Amino acid sequence: MSQLLQIENLHAEVAGKEILKGLNLAVNAGEVHAIMGPNGAGKSTLSKVLAGAEDYVVTSGAIRYRGNDIAALPAEQRAAQGIFMGFQYPVEIPGVSNMIFLKAAVNAQRKERGEPELAANDFLAWVRHRVKQMKMDPAMLSRGVNQGFSGGEKKRNEILQMLVLEPKLMVLDETDSGLDIDALRIVSDGINAMRSPERATILVTHYQRLLDYVQPDFVHVLAAGRIVRSGGPELARELEEKGYGWLQAA
Amino acid sequence: MAANPSDTLVPAKEIEALVQNRKYEAGFVTDIESERVPPGLSEDVIRLISAKKREPDWLLEFRLKAYRRWLTMAEPKWAHVHYPKIDFQAISYYAAPKSMANAPKSLAEVDPKLIETYNKLGIPLREQEILAGVVPDKPQVAVDVVFDSVSVGTTFKKKLAEAGVIFCSISEAVREHPELVKRYLGTVVPVGDNYYAALNSAVFTDGSFVFVPKGVRCPMELSTYFRINERNTGQFERTLIVCEDDAQVSYLEGCTAPQRDENQLHAAVVELVALDRAEIKYSTVQNWYPGDEEGRGGIYNFVTKRGDCRGRASKISWTQVETGSAITWKYPSCILRGDDSVGEFYSVALTHHRQQADTGTKMIHLGRNTRSTIVSKGISAGHAQQAYRGLVRINERAEGARNHTRCDSLLIGSNCGAHTFPYTEVRNPSAVLEHEATTSKIGDDQLFYCRSRGIGEEEAVSMIVNGFCKDVFKELPMEFAVEAQKLLQVSLEGAVG
Ligand SMILES: Nc1ncnc2c1ncn2[C@@H]1O[C@H](COP(=O)(O)OP(=O)(O)OP(=O)(O)O)[C@@H](O)[C@H]1O
Ligand SMILES: [Mg+2]
Repeated sequence: MSQLLQIENLHAEVAGKEILKGLNLAVNAGEVHAIMGPNGAGKSTLSKVLAGAEDYVVTSGAIRYRGNDIAALPAEQRAAQGIFMGFQYPVEIPGVSNMIFLKAAVNAQRKERGEPELAANDFLAWVRHRVKQMKMDPAMLSRGVNQGFSGGEKKRNEILQMLVLEPKLMVLDETDSGLDIDALRIVSDGINAMRSPERATILVTHYQRLLDYVQPDFVHVLAAGRIVRSGGPELARELEEKGYGWLQAA
Repeated sequence: MAANPSDTLVPAKEIEALVQNRKYEAGFVTDIESERVPPGLSEDVIRLISAKKREPDWLLEFRLKAYRRWLTMAEPKWAHVHYPKIDFQAISYYAAPKSMANAPKSLAEVDPKLIETYNKLGIPLREQEILAGVVPDKPQVAVDVVFDSVSVGTTFKKKLAEAGVIFCSISEAVREHPELVKRYLGTVVPVGDNYYAALNSAVFTDGSFVFVPKGVRCPMELSTYFRINERNTGQFERTLIVCEDDAQVSYLEGCTAPQRDENQLHAAVVELVALDRAEIKYSTVQNWYPGDEEGRGGIYNFVTKRGDCRGRASKISWTQVETGSAITWKYPSCILRGDDSVGEFYSVALTHHRQQADTGTKMIHLGRNTRSTIVSKGISAGHAQQAYRGLVRINERAEGARNHTRCDSLLIGSNCGAHTFPYTEVRNPSAVLEHEATTSKIGDDQLFYCRSRGIGEEEAVSMIVNGFCKDVFKELPMEFAVEAQKLLQVSLEGAVG
């Protein structure tokens, strides 16, 4: 199996405060990794650093994606190369319809990769297919991006975007939080549909529930800016039972 | 409600860089010999202009009356704009391309250089080609073009005449339809209405005239393009649009000027008259030269635009997209005189660098059950200052009047400002007024969200701005909406580092 992502001794800070303090993680193509950990541990920070948010500064260490150091790569180029982050708090863009947004995203990525733009009809058919898969109301496509969406709808929209863009590395930051039981199932189906030997997924979550639907190959505990424990699916169940206290004590 | 830069978060530096690099695409000068009245203003100059245009006595009297009123008036000082005192004696009040001295009878006789100028601006004057389908995608739009002080030609005249619509330059209207011009000119904006309107009434040189008779729906969009070419000239155009009972028209106005170091004055007057059940839709895309980053040059745009809903259930709708001018002072207004009449104002104003804009609207409710809607979207970038100033007045007799006002400001960068001054005067207790106002900035989180999906910064800014303006763009005729979006894009264009 080829290595898709390799993070070595990563230190990163935001607003002058160090959040990631020597984090190591290796993800192979085909794998699903779950990252759990207490509030404020740095899970979202890690996600944003991977996606290329500029207010998060890497001070030392390396992030290699398909063998290349991506530290200097702007966010939009990372996206074009297949890195996708599902936001813990998806952002509203009033007046810009989901359709226009998706089209701009797909075509910008294709352009960056040197591929021709999708014909309008093909694009429309593709998006409709994905909307159906996510059991969303097609009318949402003409609404503003996340504008007035409920918490759960926003999360579902993140997965829709993922399905439309078909990335290689999916970093989903608490996509399961705020979903009702049916929506959790739909979202999980969406994530599973993207599982393939060429792709990998990092699931940031607080709950075993998601992992019942999307079975991870590895579970990691991120605490105080580091991966402090890694294991198989059983680790998540153990955490559900005991919390994080016993780890920190250890 | 004022949002000062200090109240807002500091967004990414790059956005500011984006805005710094805006280019002015219409900034070329046409090399044409012109005939110009020497700078300065006096009764003699006015008589000279009137004589050059072979005007009837009543119009000369109209001008002189306005001039005498103007002499007694003072420049308005209350607008939220700052500029050095204008020397009205240093301006030339009449400039015409020499080849126009013997006014052309048709477009075929117009100086090819002028035609070329307008082609460069993307304005189709060659109606033959459009009619012949050479330019298949262009919808049919009749165009009147004003170059410095004179109108250089109106397209599609014949087709309009068949429908009974008169669309020509105001000079031609004075010659061909004097009784109509005399009946309506100055009835919406009286000669002494305000300082700049008085000046315009004294010295206006050309502009467009539209008359749509009873029951006629104008068969095509009408359009005027104004271009200031001559150095040190003022442009004082006068537009008069009249729709009789049940008539309808949609009118588009576009403006450009070459890039110059000195400031040029533009003081237009637009009067609209809608009789019973008539509808007038007036759209403007204004792209005068805004001046450079330091605030050198640019157009001073002091305009009086007013519509009179004179008849019952008539409707006047102003839609404007303003990206140009160094200073804009402009309040397209509606007088809702007829019962059940409707006034609308949809506006997008983009200011950057050192641009200043003080714009808004007035809705004067006189008739019963009159309704008005105001949607104002202001975008400020660089060191620009922008103010929205809106007046909603409900008079005693205006039983059941309603107004809805929505003012949104978007700030790009940390050195610009947006200010909102809503005024209301309500003299009838049955009135219902709603006012909403927001100020936001393009957030780093929005930009990052777009970028994380692969959309580059420049495209993201333009997309967010377009989204912000959507409520106004959807009011524009299709072709103009596309143009307006492109204009905003160009205005926000620049090299991303
Ligand atoms: N812009 C910022 N300025 C200051 N501190 C920040 C900023 N962004 C994040 N932090 C801090 O960094 C730490 C890690 O935050 P992060 O969002 O990565 O945690 P998390 O593991 O995702 O937590 P949760 O489970 O609650 O989502 C927190 O203490 C947070 O307050
Ligand atoms: Mg988080």
